[in-house]
Amino acid sequence: MRNLLIFITKYNAFFLFLIFEIASLIIYVKYNSFQKASVINSTNQITGGLYARADELKGYLSLREVNDQLARENAALRNQLKSSKYVDTVARKTVIDTIYKQQYEYIAAKVINNSINKRNNYLTIDRGSRDGIEKGMGVINANGVVGKVAFVGEHLAIVQSLLHKDSRVSGMLAYNKEIGYLQWGDDMNPHKALLVDVSNNAQPKVGEPVLTSDLSLFPAGIPLGKVSRLKAKGTGFFLNLEVALAVNFSKLEYVDVVVNKFAKEQAALEGQEKKDE
Amino acid sequence: MSRIILTNLVRFIVLVLLQVLLLKNVTLYNLATPYLYILFILLLPFETPNLLLFVLSFLLGLTIDAFYDTPGLHAAACTLLALVRVLFISITVQKDGFDNEPEPTLSIMGFRWFFTYALILTLFHHFFLFNLEVFRISEIDYTLSRFLLSSVFTVFLMLISGLLFFRKKERK
Repeated sequence: MRNLLIFITKYNAFFLFLIFEIASLIIYVKYNSFQKASVINSTNQITGGLYARADELKGYLSLREVNDQLARENAALRNQLKSSKYVDTVARKTVIDTIYKQQYEYIAAKVINNSINKRNNYLTIDRGSRDGIEKGMGVINANGVVGKVAFVGEHLAIVQSLLHKDSRVSGMLAYNKEIGYLQWGDDMNPHKALLVDVSNNAQPKVGEPVLTSDLSLFPAGIPLGKVSRLKAKGTGFFLNLEVALAVNFSKLEYVDVVVNKFAKEQAALEGQEKKDE
Repeated sequence: MSRIILTNLVRFIVLVLLQVLLLKNVTLYNLATPYLYILFILLLPFETPNLLLFVLSFLLGLTIDAFYDTPGLHAAACTLLALVRVLFISITVQKDGFDNEPEPTLSIMGFRWFFTYALILTLFHHFFLFNLEVFRISEIDYTLSRFLLSSVFTVFLMLISGLLFFRKKERK
């Protein structure tokens, strides 16, 4: 026994080696064979925390690079946004009809600027002369009449809204076809307008639709609004009716520009007639 | 005595941090990976008792394992390293000389001795480490090239750090 102890102390390095080597191999094999989560790995608090700190520090070092990259990515993404693009293909809705010759064409446009709270309101659309828009064309949307084109640029056009003191649209009462002029009242209410110069023979009803007449630059039958009050102020020889406008001007997004293919012919003829007078 | 303990404690922490934060990310051509942390075991004083030497080696290996997610692997390699160190020192250094030469550093022991010491110990450690890690005879050529190039890299770093902390006045 004594000799054994002497032997072990003499070669203690080797025995210590054996003990620790076997211990570490047991840990190694056990971990590898069972793939169990162990305390000795980078998920515990100390090692994981240290790695997290180091990663934070590394993050600071590359901030500039990351910023540049993000800025570039932002720019690239913004370029892909629909709102930053000028849509080049013009949507033209044309009704193909073999019996009737096409008189009206519609050019879809997006409203990019709008106002309703001035005395004279204009809205800007993203179509211009390049897309076939000319001054004086009518502008409508799905609900009714919006206005008419006042100025035309190459890519953009400015539309004189119905909410303008000079806007006058020929309208008619839907049931008895009496004609009058629609104009914006001077109380600057964006939801109301006046149908003036209606013949006294007309017997309008509240809620009767007001449509565009054949005399306007719009196709006949486009809604303007509904009669909301029968006796508006200024009623004299003619009836003045208050009309609730069909279009909600504060929420305009897309409009259609009306192309009247006979407009030039009509203008030329009417000009000749005036000359004759 | 307390100075020696403090020095070694600082060395332990610095080497572990250096290993897991910097050298863990360094790999040359997917072959050479330096394991500089074993320098701690190499630089322990000559008088370190064997028990303490093995315990420290085992702990160092486990610490590195904790960061490398390989429990037991580095501990086993470090334990082997401790044994090789004991044998190497008992062969090459006279026992009476311990008083004059407290630590096996480059500046105390001279370049030739330190280079041989570091090279042999590193070779043992790396050979055992890489083969235990792969544990497959079919990849032996890749493992051997990794082992050789990593050993060169590690020894190179050891010599650099030895020269970095070279103190001429201690040379006797």
